[in-house]
Amino acid sequence: MLAIAEVTPAWYLVLGSLLFTIGAVGLRVRRNPLVMFMCVELMLNAVTLTFVTFSRMLEDVHGQTVVVFVLVVAAAEVVVGLGIMVALLRKEPEATADDLTVLKG
Amino acid sequence: MLDLVWLIPALPLAGFLILLVAGRRLGEPGAGWLATAASAGSFVVTVGVFLALLGEDHHHRSHVVTLFEWLPAGGFSVDVGFLADPLSITMALFVTGIGTLIHLYSIGYMHGDAGFSRFFVYLNLFIFSMLVLVLGDNLLLTFLGWEGVGTCSYFLISFWFTKDANASAGKKAFITNRIGDWGFMVAMFVTFAALGTLAYSGENGILEQAHDLAPVTATAIALLLFVGACGKSAQLPLFVWLPDAMAGPTPVSALIHAATMVTSGVYLMARVNPILAQSYDWAPTLIAWVGVATALFAATIAVAQTDIKKVLAYSTVSQLGYMFLAVGSGAYVAAVFHMVTHAFFKALMFLGSGSVIHGMGDEQDMRRMGGLRKLMPITAVTFIIGWLAIAGVPPFAGFWSKDEILLYAYDKSPALWAVGLLTALLTAFYMSRQVFMVFFGDERWGHADDAASADVAAAGVPAGEPAGDTGLTSEHAASVESGADPVSQEPAHGHEGAHAQPHESPWLMTLPLVVLAGLSIVGGGLNLPFTSDLHLLERWLEPVLEGNERVIDVATGTKVGLAVVAVIAGLLGIAAAVAVYLQKRVKPVEPQILAEGWRFDSSITAFAGGPGRAGFEAVSAFDKQVVDGAVNGVAHLTRGSGRGLRLVQTGFVRSYALGLTVGVVALLAYFLTRVSF
Repeated sequence: MLAIAEVTPAWYLVLGSLLFTIGAVGLRVRRNPLVMFMCVELMLNAVTLTFVTFSRMLEDVHGQTVVVFVLVVAAAEVVVGLGIMVALLRKEPEATADDLTVLKG
Repeated sequence: MLDLVWLIPALPLAGFLILLVAGRRLGEPGAGWLATAASAGSFVVTVGVFLALLGEDHHHRSHVVTLFEWLPAGGFSVDVGFLADPLSITMALFVTGIGTLIHLYSIGYMHGDAGFSRFFVYLNLFIFSMLVLVLGDNLLLTFLGWEGVGTCSYFLISFWFTKDANASAGKKAFITNRIGDWGFMVAMFVTFAALGTLAYSGENGILEQAHDLAPVTATAIALLLFVGACGKSAQLPLFVWLPDAMAGPTPVSALIHAATMVTSGVYLMARVNPILAQSYDWAPTLIAWVGVATALFAATIAVAQTDIKKVLAYSTVSQLGYMFLAVGSGAYVAAVFHMVTHAFFKALMFLGSGSVIHGMGDEQDMRRMGGLRKLMPITAVTFIIGWLAIAGVPPFAGFWSKDEILLYAYDKSPALWAVGLLTALLTAFYMSRQVFMVFFGDERWGHADDAASADVAAAGVPAGEPAGDTGLTSEHAASVESGADPVSQEPAHGHEGAHAQPHESPWLMTLPLVVLAGLSIVGGGLNLPFTSDLHLLERWLEPVLEGNERVIDVATGTKVGLAVVAVIAGLLGIAAAVAVYLQKRVKPVEPQILAEGWRFDSSITAFAGGPGRAGFEAVSAFDKQVVDGAVNGVAHLTRGSGRGLRLVQTGFVRSYALGLTVGVVALLAYFLTRVSF
C-alpha cells in the first residue's frame, strides 16, 4: 500500500531540476524554433519554482520578488522572440533553427 | 615721449598697409615717397624716444609699453609690449635711420621697375618686422619679428622672380634660416620650461632671473639661440644663403643683407648677455671661435670673387664674424659698435655698388669695369671712404670698432687676435682689389664682349664665371624684359649695346651715399678709446650689460701697440692690392677654389646627391619597413587571429546553447567543489 508521503520542499527542488533538465535537453535536441522557445520558458519556470521554494525554506521574501522580475523579463522576451519567429515562419514555413545561420563567422 | 615707443613700429606698419591697398594706385614715385615718409617718421619718433631716454636717470633707462595681452594661456602669458632701453633704441636708431636713407635711394634705383610699389610694400613690412624684432619685450615677439624679416628677405631676394636663379636664391635663404629658427624655437621652449616666462624685462623677466639658471640650462639656451643667430647672421656653417641673397635688388642687399637684418643675431646675443654670462666658459669661447673662423673663411673667399656684390656679400659675412668674435670675447659694446659702424660703411658700399651697377647699365662683373672714378665722382669718393673705413684706416669708423674687437679678442686669447688680424689684412686686400678694379686702372667697359674678356685675360684675372655665381649678373633683367628699363628715359644709355657709357646716378641715389659717407667718417666718435669720457656708447649701453662686459686689463702701451699692428696689417693689405691690381707688378693669385667659395656649396650639393642621398633613402626604407611594418604587422596579426577565431561562431543556435550549458555545468562544478555547505 502506498503511504502518502509528506510533500517536503525537496520535492519542489527535484521537480524544478527535472523541469530544467527537460528544458535544457529539449533546447539542445529540437530544431523547431517554437519548441525550443517553449523549452526556454520551461527552464525559466523551473528556476522560478526553485526561487519560490528556497524563499519558503529560508523564510526570505526576496526569492519571491525575483520571481516577479523573471516574469516581467520572460514576458518581454516572449514579445521579441515570438516577433522574430513569426517573421521567420512567414518567410519560410518549414524553417528550423539550423536555417538561421546569418551570424556564422 | 617714452610712451610713444609703439609708434616706432606702428608707422612702417601703417605705411605697409596703405601701400598694400593703394600702392598700385599711388604708383611711381608716390608709393616710394609714402614708404620713405613712414620710415622717416619712425626715425623721428625713435630720436624723440632716444632723447627722452637720455633725460632719464642712468639706471632707469628701461621703459616698457605694454599694448595688450597677446597669448593668455594659463600660466603662460605673452604680452605685446615694446621695450625701450639703450640697446633696443640704438638698434632702432640705425635701423630706421639707414632704412630711411635706403628708401630714398630705392626711389631712384627702382625707377621704372614694373614692381615699383610692390618693392616698397616689402620694404616697409621689413622695417616693421625689424623694429618688432628689436623693440619686442619678449622672446616670442622678437621671434615674430625674426620670422617677419626672414619672410621679407625671401620676398625681396626673389623680387625679380621670373628668373629662376633669383627664385631659388630666395628659397635657399628661407630654408637655411629655418635650420637656425629651429634653434631659436627650442631655446624658447627651454627658457619657458626653466624660467616660466619669455619676457625680457621686469622683476620676473629672463634677464633678471638669468643668474638663477643652472649653468647647463644657461649654456643650452645660449647655444640654441646662437644656432638661430648663425642662421640669421650667416655664420659657419649656415652662411651659404647670404652670398646668393645678392640676387635681390641692391638696396635690399644694403638694407637687409648688410646693415640690419643680418645683425639681428648679434643683437640677440647682446640682449641675452646675462644668460651667456651664466653659461659655462666654453660657450662664449665657442661663439668667439665660430665668429673668427667665419671671418677668416669668408675673407679668403672674397679675395677671388669677380661679382661686385659678391665681394661685398662675403665681406659682410666676414664682418659679422667679427661681431660674433666680439660677443664671444665678452665685448658686447664693441659688437654693437661694430654693428653700427659696419651698418654705415657696408650700406654705403652696397649702395655705391648699386650706383655703379645702375650707371654701368646692369653690369656686375668687376672685370668689365675700371676707371669709373672720372665718370662717377660722387659714387667713387663715397665708395673710397667706405673702403678706408672697412680696411681699418684711422680715423675712419671701421678702425675704431675693429680695433676694439681685436683688443678684447687679444685679452681673451692671442690666438683669436691673430686670426682676427689676418682677417683684417685680407679685408684690406680684397676691398682695395675691388676699389682698384672698379674705380681705377684701365677702362675695360665699352668694348665688345670678346675684347673685354681678352682685356680681362691681359689683366691677369681668371676669365670665366665662377661656378658659385648663379647668374647674378644683370639683375635688372626681369625689369628690362617687362619693358620698364631703369634708365630708358635717357636714350643714349640704352641696353642694346654691350655697354653704354657709364654715368653718375641721380641725386636721390647719391644723397644717401654722401650722408652714409659722412657717418662712416665720424662714426668712430661714438666710442673713442682715449679717455673714459669718450666711451659714449659704453656708458650708454652700461645699464643693459650690468657688468657682463668683459673687464680687460691691458696696459696702455699694449693697446697702442695692438692698434699700430692692426693699422700696419691694414696698410699691408692695401699695399699688396696696389702692387697687384694697380701697378700690376705681381700677377694676381686667385685660385679657382676660392672663387668657388672653398666649394662649400658644391660639397653640400655633392653630399646631398651622393652619400647623403643614400642616407636619406636608408631612413626612408627604415620608415617604410620598420615603422610602417610595425603598424601593418599589428593590423595583420589582428586580422589573422580574427579569421581564426570567427570559425567558433557557427551560426547554429544549438551550438551556442551547448556552449552555454557546458559553461553553466563548469561553473556549477567549480562552485560545488569549492564552496562547502
